[in-house]
Amino acid sequence: MNRLTFKLEKRLTPSPVMVFIIPLISVLLALLLGGIFLVLTGENPLTVYSLMLVDSLGSKYGLTETMVKAIPLMLTSLGVSLAFKMKLWNIGAEGQLYMGAMAATWLPLTFPTLPVYLMLPGMIILGMIAGGLWALLTAIPRAIWKVNEIITTLMLNYVAILWVDFLVYGPWRDPEGSNFPITASFAEAARLPGLGDSRVHTGLFFALALAVILAIVFKYSRWGYSINVIGSSERAARYAGMNIKRNILLVMFLSGAISGLAGMAEVSGIIGKLQHGISPGYGYTAIIVAWLSKLNPLAILIVSVLFGALQVGGYAVQVEGVPAAVATMLQGAILFFVLGGEVLTNYRLKLVSQKGEELSK
Amino acid sequence: MNQSLIQLKGIVKKFPGVLANDHVDLDINPGEIHAILGENGSGKSTLMSVLAGLYKPDAGKILLNGVEQKFRSPRDAIACGIGMVHQHFKLVEPFTVAENITLGEKGNSFFLANKELKAKINELGKKYGLEINLNAKVWQLSVGEKQRVEIVRMLYRGSKVLILDEPTAVLTPQEAGELFENLRRMASAGCAIVLITHKLNEVEAIADRVTVLRQGKLAGVLEHDQINAKEMVRLMVGRAVASKYERDSSPVGGVVLELDKVNAFNDMGLPCLRNMTLCVREGEILGLAGVSGNGQREMAEVIAGLRQVESGKVLLNNGNISNLSPRTIIDLGVAYVPEDRLGMGLVPELNALENLILKNYHQPEYSGRWLLKSQAVAHNAETLVKQYQVKISSLHQPIKVLSGGNLQKLLLAREISSSPKLMVVIYPARGLDIGATEAVHKLLLELKKQKTAILLISEDLDEIFKLADRVGVVFDGQLTGDFPVEQANLEEVGLLMTGSSLAKERMNDNEPAHL
Repeated sequence: MNRLTFKLEKRLTPSPVMVFIIPLISVLLALLLGGIFLVLTGENPLTVYSLMLVDSLGSKYGLTETMVKAIPLMLTSLGVSLAFKMKLWNIGAEGQLYMGAMAATWLPLTFPTLPVYLMLPGMIILGMIAGGLWALLTAIPRAIWKVNEIITTLMLNYVAILWVDFLVYGPWRDPEGSNFPITASFAEAARLPGLGDSRVHTGLFFALALAVILAIVFKYSRWGYSINVIGSSERAARYAGMNIKRNILLVMFLSGAISGLAGMAEVSGIIGKLQHGISPGYGYTAIIVAWLSKLNPLAILIVSVLFGALQVGGYAVQVEGVPAAVATMLQGAILFFVLGGEVLTNYRLKLVSQKGEELSK
Repeated sequence: MNQSLIQLKGIVKKFPGVLANDHVDLDINPGEIHAILGENGSGKSTLMSVLAGLYKPDAGKILLNGVEQKFRSPRDAIACGIGMVHQHFKLVEPFTVAENITLGEKGNSFFLANKELKAKINELGKKYGLEINLNAKVWQLSVGEKQRVEIVRMLYRGSKVLILDEPTAVLTPQEAGELFENLRRMASAGCAIVLITHKLNEVEAIADRVTVLRQGKLAGVLEHDQINAKEMVRLMVGRAVASKYERDSSPVGGVVLELDKVNAFNDMGLPCLRNMTLCVREGEILGLAGVSGNGQREMAEVIAGLRQVESGKVLLNNGNISNLSPRTIIDLGVAYVPEDRLGMGLVPELNALENLILKNYHQPEYSGRWLLKSQAVAHNAETLVKQYQVKISSLHQPIKVLSGGNLQKLLLAREISSSPKLMVVIYPARGLDIGATEAVHKLLLELKKQKTAILLISEDLDEIFKLADRVGVVFDGQLTGDFPVEQANLEEVGLLMTGSSLAKERMNDNEPAHL
């Protein structure tokens, strides 16, 4: 009896064609899957999708909103990609963003009259330090006792979010804010300037600059080289005399600091105050963005805009009675298919009989 | 004599570039403890994997009670009553002992191990004197107990032939003693036990019959009354030492590396170096012979700064380098070619350019304050690849696609080009074909000419006798022999490697025997 079975065979080098085709097909399959759900809920998927597209990218307003969502995605994705490069699984960008926003808020709340040249740099530095320290809390046990950073970074997200809630519902609540969980509005000096009259703020330049810097670090720098070696093989890195503990601490701190900057940019560039729920989960979406971009900083910029558009489109179709969760669902589906498809870039499918003879490719 | 329970006839197994088994025959009788003896790479494990259904032989037959069997998977072998206990246990740590034993059996109820099954296992355990707590979780067990679980699992599946792959390698001497008692009991209950080993004292202690393999071929079979260490060594290592390379006979210089009563622990926290004392001189190759797992890897790591020295001193040119950082030791001129080429010595995912600067990427030659000097990096790789004749299609391709020989050349190229004062190499030719082996050996001899002190750790006595100026033997974390190569005798070294008491008597060695 010769049963036919499929067998996965590892490719020596990833197939170059697949590297491009897989993400494309994944997006299409995700749209298809989302479409099935939409049909089941009685919607016409084509109408919904075209509405999402037009509303997010088809108008000046839509484009602006897309960029507004893309900026924190870019920053947090860049942040986690730095850690991912060393195979440090920092899932805590969300919490680091919140802590960055919190620390940045402290300055204008405490010293509302600082001049802009002290205020903004101060907020940036505080936001980055707070985000970095929050990540460092998980890096220290990781470096010393090998405590799994996936769990610690994830758990600290909830702590950070609840801590910010505590502040805005409690000590930092604006006495004139009719009991809303918000702080007092920042002085003008504490606001990142917008681009023209749009809501897109100068935080965009932080993201662009950081992407370029990280691209250079990854590709050309001495430090990037050692991160790469440590990420690829910790044993080889130790053998080569690299200081692994120090790099865990440094990389995690910087990773958190970049997400902290995202938080600062949100409160300073968009909201102008600290409030409950400042992020709709940017820090989590960042993980998907970084992964889809294969940790390439420049690709992160583009994928962030796409995911920003997805989110804006999701809000837009809500008006038509379609749940905004359709955006989240599509995000998840895209990642699902990309991860599944990745198997095909690294393996090829072979049809074999049970006896082990190869029949076809 | 009864008919053999199992017969292997003319088994041939090829791997790319290696003939692992070359027409090997084997007879196993019921109720006997049969040792398969041979050095690493002699084909013992391959032969047993064929018997256990893991590998399909390229030629040859397996007869069970005189009937030919074709095993397509270990399941088939198990169905015929042949079970193998591997060196690395295949147990699910968070599960209980009972669950592990019944795991994978067809016809289990939803609950993995019910009362009935447990009673059955207990009965088996009693029969063979293998007592285990069925409700304990596997992660709570000691190594010896885990091994017992594996054995019971095989018995539970109805194994009449039990293959154990170097079972004592992971055990303490007490546990090993217990294991042997259990094996003896099982054999007298009618099981056939096949013991893969390279330790002569174990064979002497327990085997009823021994089959010796050498370089994939059957070297001989000894019946119980013929078993003695001298004869086994003769069969294991053979007599023919291939012609020596042309040797550089210039006199050696001063002491470069000195280990002074070094003690260290292995990864499991057990002592692996016991007052290890040795020295290597300028322009000298010290060939350290020993069966792997006697502290060699740990010794190399201690020298390279990768393992803590608990007591004693490591001296390099009379300076104490014990417990200095790996980078400091590298910068002092210690090169190290580890056992794991891929994963430690080289980074599989990175390309040749990157791998060739692994140890000196931070030197001003290859990087400024921030950025790597990509031209210097590329030039370095081009030069080394050419000079060391590494066959590589692209410098930008991950090096994991290279063959073992080319990987080793790449690794040696990097280590030798750092002009080291001391070079530590472990098993430099393991897994390489003849051509690559020769290339590697020539590189080491060339390095010796440049007055580098070389510590060559190997299991291959041919290699040691061909290259070394002095031959040392390591057993159980101690130096048990040290001779100039002209005075070293292959048999004696072979005996010392196995810690044989016979050798100890001959050497008038007063060291206490371990195991």
